[in-house]
Amino acid sequence: MSLAVAQDDPHHLGVLAKVGHEGPASKRIVTGYGFWIFLLSDMVMFSCFFAAYAVLLGQTAGGPGGAELFNLNNVAVETACLLLSSFACGMASIAAEVRSHLWFQVAMAVTCVLGLAFLAIEFHEFADLVARGAGPSRSAFLSAFFTLVGCHGGHVSAGILWLLTMMAQVYAKGFRADIQRRFLCFALFWHALDIIWVAVFSVVYLLGSAA
Amino acid sequence: MSGRTMLGKLTWSAIPFDQPIPLLAGAVVLVVILAVLVWVVVAGHLPDLWREWITSVDHKRIGVMYTLLACVMLLRGFSDAIMMRAQQAVAFHSNGFLPPEHYNQIFSAHGTIMIFFVAMPFVIGLMNLVVPLQLGVRDVAFPTLNSVGFWLTATGALLVNISLVIGEFARTGWLPYPPLSELTYSPGVGVDYYLWSLEISGVGTLVAGINLVTTVLKIRTKGMSYMRMPMFCWTTLASNLLIIAAFPILTATLAMLILDRYLGFHFFTNDGGGNVMMFMNLIWAWGHPEVYILVLPAFGIYSEVVSTFSGKPLFGYRSMVLATMAICVISFMVWLHHFFTMGAGPDVNAIFGIASMIIAVPTGVKIYNWLFTMFAGRIRFSTPMMWSIGFMVTFIIGGLTGVLVAVPPADFLLHNSLFLVAHFHNVIIGGVLFGAFAGYTYWFPKAFGFRLHEGWGIASFWFWLIGFYVAFMPLYAVGFLGMTRRMQHFDVAEWRPWLAIASIGAGLVLVGILCQIAQLVVSIRRRAELRDVTGDPWDGRSLEWATASPPPVFNFAILPDVTGEDAYWAMKRRARDEGEHEPAYGPIDMPRNSPTGFVCAFFATVMGFALIWHIWWMVGLGLLGAFATFVVFAWRDHDEYEIPADEVARLDRANLQARRNLVTAAGSI
Repeated sequence: MSLAVAQDDPHHLGVLAKVGHEGPASKRIVTGYGFWIFLLSDMVMFSCFFAAYAVLLGQTAGGPGGAELFNLNNVAVETACLLLSSFACGMASIAAEVRSHLWFQVAMAVTCVLGLAFLAIEFHEFADLVARGAGPSRSAFLSAFFTLVGCHGGHVSAGILWLLTMMAQVYAKGFRADIQRRFLCFALFWHALDIIWVAVFSVVYLLGSAA
Repeated sequence: MSGRTMLGKLTWSAIPFDQPIPLLAGAVVLVVILAVLVWVVVAGHLPDLWREWITSVDHKRIGVMYTLLACVMLLRGFSDAIMMRAQQAVAFHSNGFLPPEHYNQIFSAHGTIMIFFVAMPFVIGLMNLVVPLQLGVRDVAFPTLNSVGFWLTATGALLVNISLVIGEFARTGWLPYPPLSELTYSPGVGVDYYLWSLEISGVGTLVAGINLVTTVLKIRTKGMSYMRMPMFCWTTLASNLLIIAAFPILTATLAMLILDRYLGFHFFTNDGGGNVMMFMNLIWAWGHPEVYILVLPAFGIYSEVVSTFSGKPLFGYRSMVLATMAICVISFMVWLHHFFTMGAGPDVNAIFGIASMIIAVPTGVKIYNWLFTMFAGRIRFSTPMMWSIGFMVTFIIGGLTGVLVAVPPADFLLHNSLFLVAHFHNVIIGGVLFGAFAGYTYWFPKAFGFRLHEGWGIASFWFWLIGFYVAFMPLYAVGFLGMTRRMQHFDVAEWRPWLAIASIGAGLVLVGILCQIAQLVVSIRRRAELRDVTGDPWDGRSLEWATASPPPVFNFAILPDVTGEDAYWAMKRRARDEGEHEPAYGPIDMPRNSPTGFVCAFFATVMGFALIWHIWWMVGLGLLGAFATFVVFAWRDHDEYEIPADEVARLDRANLQARRNLVTAAGSI
């Protein structure tokens, strides 16, 4: 008996070797876990743009800075739209859980409309800045600003494309297990964009208009 | 619409009719590709190729394709290398045979290809092939995504090679430092080829990283707890964690350079408040972990090989795990040593110098562990073991010169000299490439069912090893003599003999590569006598050897139940002592093949090419195509198929019988 133990535990790890492992995880766990890792990598990418923004914040090349450009009222409305859309997305998750087609589609539609409203305000802000001669090629500060905020906006746009595809899929195929898993990923993505927006709001707009 | 706007910047003048070397090289490659295609079609292999390989989502097949891509690109990267060595051997007081603008493209392409399209696909290919088998499971976490990742990597490689005949490649070195890489100083498409191939293949690498981390953390067979995983699984985990944390930095940094070049942003420009140093910091925050992304899997391979061919469990398993994870963390804290000379100040330089020396400690721990594994072992000097021993000697030299340049005052003298070039080739060839070759020889029978010819393998090893020393030791010397890197010609007489010797070394490496090609051809022709009937040709210790060679599509008929480390070694002993009884076979569900990866990469190629040449309508087409591909994939109703229990039993019984015959034969001796 002791010989068998020695064979199974050649490095005498003792207690560690006794810890059991149940085998492969379920598909739902694997999918969600993998998507979490993707989100983490996405946040690393955002952190680069945040770092670039922090480095280039003062590099206005004689052009306008954040305090002159940012309109916090606008940003407050934007933030409200995005946070409410996240709430609506949460409602869609609950609807998917109880397999209610109607409420799922309603909640997703609300998510979509609020997301589009967010994008419209952002687009308007960008167009306004460009019209005032404060486009991304004006200064390094504005390059960093447009890239960071635009990257978030690009993610939201991709999210809306995904959202519409998701709605069509649930409509056509119902709440199948694989579609539920995909929706889980979508919801994670949408909420993660909120988290990033909170950072954008604080670092870019709040600190930026103080600068 | 006029032709000018239809095709963006692309005109006939993009094809370098006046430069015979790239044109000829391009023509040869094109003829080879066409010949292979014609052969595939005429011989009727096209349906098989499509069904069994191109659309395959089997991790083993994808692993083989990654490795094949790496081997093909190694030939391309080595052609560049031998041209550079030849140029420097003759370019004393003369212009040599390569004009400066061409020479600059060659060293840029050489570095880019060797890192991104040789070393990366080689290690990712081996991880893909082996890790699910070692974990005792049937597939990776995301099989279709795995295929997408491979094909996006292939897209990047394709774009780099297209630049040979359409347009030009970057002349900025393997990392496009601004402001040289900005539009002002590099107005051509060369840098754009670089940027878009790496953005696209970078997505592929990230996908592979996510997939492998999820696989190691979430998909292990019963009883395979963390501290029972083979070392290669640990290094795979560490390496892919680094991919997830580092590759997004590369993507973001290159995106900033793209925005500078395409839309007039000011991230790294001289004017508008841009900050060039930010590029150096960002690119090396990716670049240094990248070194460990490459070498950690190689460390894992050496661990497997040394343990197997010494007939002993790995010495100091727990310290090996710790060393691996320590390297994983510290690798993010040393990036500044790549630009000590750029004036961060003595305090900052000192901190990064010390961190760079600290990271040598866990690496040293590993070397001692391998030596103690060999100590008192019954060592078999087969080809994989030879590569491992060659590695230990060579890598120690490379590591020591690394510690030397980690000392900031020394670095101020050696920065950007050929000493540095010799150092990083010393660790990348001696560390990564030797490991890849060891893994290639070690796992080849697992992938294809027959071993590689031993004689040619040993010959190749000696030519590579001696060739490496003859090629790179002189570069240390000329580095000390003050020769900087990337010189198209030179006027210093003392450098001349060293460069001549180095070119002989490159010739020896060429012989080594020819031996490897011969090895492959000979092995395929004599595959009957090299056949691996049992699936365990090296008397292995981990689970990949517990199944047939090549493994059935489902890897394991019954998922193994692991009770300790060196899982298969324990299983073999138990089978010998207690005998085996046939398990109860059941049906197995496997993922269906899918052309998603290939189609997606097709659209990525179209989009990448269009972006390089500013053909905007084609960019839209590529984007639309990629999105449509994903929707079609998401719409499918059946993503798995069932292999009936009878079929599983038939395949498994054949393998078990072969193993039993071996045991009986051994018993009768």
